[in-house]
Amino acid sequence: MIESLINSDNAELTQSTKKGSPVVLSTRVRLARNIVGTPFPERATSAQRSDVMTRCAEQIADLTQMKHGVFYDIAELSDLEKQVLVERHLISRELCESKSGSGVFINKDQTCSVMINEEDHLRIQFLKTGFSLRSVWKQIDRFDSGLEAGLDVAFSPEYGYLTACPTNLGTAMRASVMMHLPGLVISEHMEKVIRAVNQLGITVRGLFGEGSDATGHVFQISNQQTLGESEEEIMSRLGSVFKTIIDHEINARFKYLEENRARMLDQIGRAFGVLQNAHVLNSHEAMNLLSLMRLAVDFEMLPEANRSDVDRLFIECQPGHIQYSAGEGIAPDARDLCRADILRENFARLPSLDFDKVKDLG
Amino acid sequence: MAENLKCSHCSNPATVHLTQIVNNKIIKVDLCESCAQAKGVTDPEGFSLADLLSKTNLTPEKGEPQITCPDCGLTSADFRRTGRLGCAACYQPFKPLVQPVLEDMHAGTVHKGKVPEVAFSRQNSVMELQNLENALQRAIEEEAYEEAAKYRDQIHAIKQAVDAEAVES
Repeated sequence: MIESLINSDNAELTQSTKKGSPVVLSTRVRLARNIVGTPFPERATSAQRSDVMTRCAEQIADLTQMKHGVFYDIAELSDLEKQVLVERHLISRELCESKSGSGVFINKDQTCSVMINEEDHLRIQFLKTGFSLRSVWKQIDRFDSGLEAGLDVAFSPEYGYLTACPTNLGTAMRASVMMHLPGLVISEHMEKVIRAVNQLGITVRGLFGEGSDATGHVFQISNQQTLGESEEEIMSRLGSVFKTIIDHEINARFKYLEENRARMLDQIGRAFGVLQNAHVLNSHEAMNLLSLMRLAVDFEMLPEANRSDVDRLFIECQPGHIQYSAGEGIAPDARDLCRADILRENFARLPSLDFDKVKDLG
Repeated sequence: MAENLKCSHCSNPATVHLTQIVNNKIIKVDLCESCAQAKGVTDPEGFSLADLLSKTNLTPEKGEPQITCPDCGLTSADFRRTGRLGCAACYQPFKPLVQPVLEDMHAGTVHKGKVPEVAFSRQNSVMELQNLENALQRAIEEEAYEEAAKYRDQIHAIKQAVDAEAVES
């Protein structure tokens, strides 16, 4: 059912022709919205959920941003198809487990997805590769305004947008960036960063695993507070925190390189060798090797154009994607063979690492 | 190394390592892939702060009045258990329980962000229209025809404004 989405040749996260940016993989903004006069999804009857789905689907399909988009009824997707959508960050795990009457709209380039009857009636998300908080906000704001022109959104002047969970009240906006932070992890500064940003009402979460040893060194950093500040204020605070983290990450990388040059180059070199030659690779190992390849691009050992290849492989080497491409029901052991095959094919096409291009200081 | 750790919920090897800071304390949990998925930990959006809050800030106090939402029937016990409200109307009756949680959780307790101008003014018009129609009915019953005419004109003006807005949008 999701073939067209998987095979799309202009998906933002997997087919983007952009070079990507160092440190930041992608930017996302999510809004929660509910309709007045109907209980929130968890408390709604099946008829009420269907009614919400019909009313929302009509409005969403009418918006220009959703032109040539697709709609999936969650009840009609297989578990594997749902997993693939989760791995692409297009739906949440909660939506996968929701009762009947849940669905998702995804636009043509997979930069926008709107979940219906998740925790709230609507969860709208816009996503872009690289660091572009304000441009993503502008897009989602326009989409949201178009939607509320035809839907009576639950809103109170005191509490703002009313949501099922009081943690989302107010702007109901969660803005986040996916950051690749190997420098801070290797230099053992990650916990300090988590502690510092947490004081500012900002959350850090490992993407593929959790904590300081997150697989692939990829972290999602987002605002925790949604009430008492405007969207602009939240983004401005987040933006300055993100920039500080980026600076610290780059400094940590180059400091580590300066002090442990041979060790760093050896790790990257070995990772490249494994990716080019391994025949069995589990998900955890693959993510960590790919993390070193992203670092190799940032250190200019690989051409910048290859950064998007590495980012695409971060998505395509996850278990759901591997299973989907190999056919349903493939066992974990066989998955590891397929993953190694995909990576070998991709890395055979890449130029050799150029160790002479590595600079000592950023 | 991470591979040697065991899942906090079953004895399988832990592959997901969660670190969260709650009230300045670092909490570390090691989970296997299936337990992590069951708890929604692997989904950055899914693992909810509400689940943590429902175990901390939302513990009932003795002698506290029981609240039930007249619109959806949610009770204070339901709210304590899940940390979630049942409908938009819940925020009014549940205000005594929600307000203290908001103070701990957010940067402020009053909304300062975007306002859904079109939807909000449309909802206000509907409510105003309902009130005027009730008043018109009462005036007719009481044979206060001068007042009734005034309400009728006001209703007409609002309906025209709403129609004009619908054409524009």
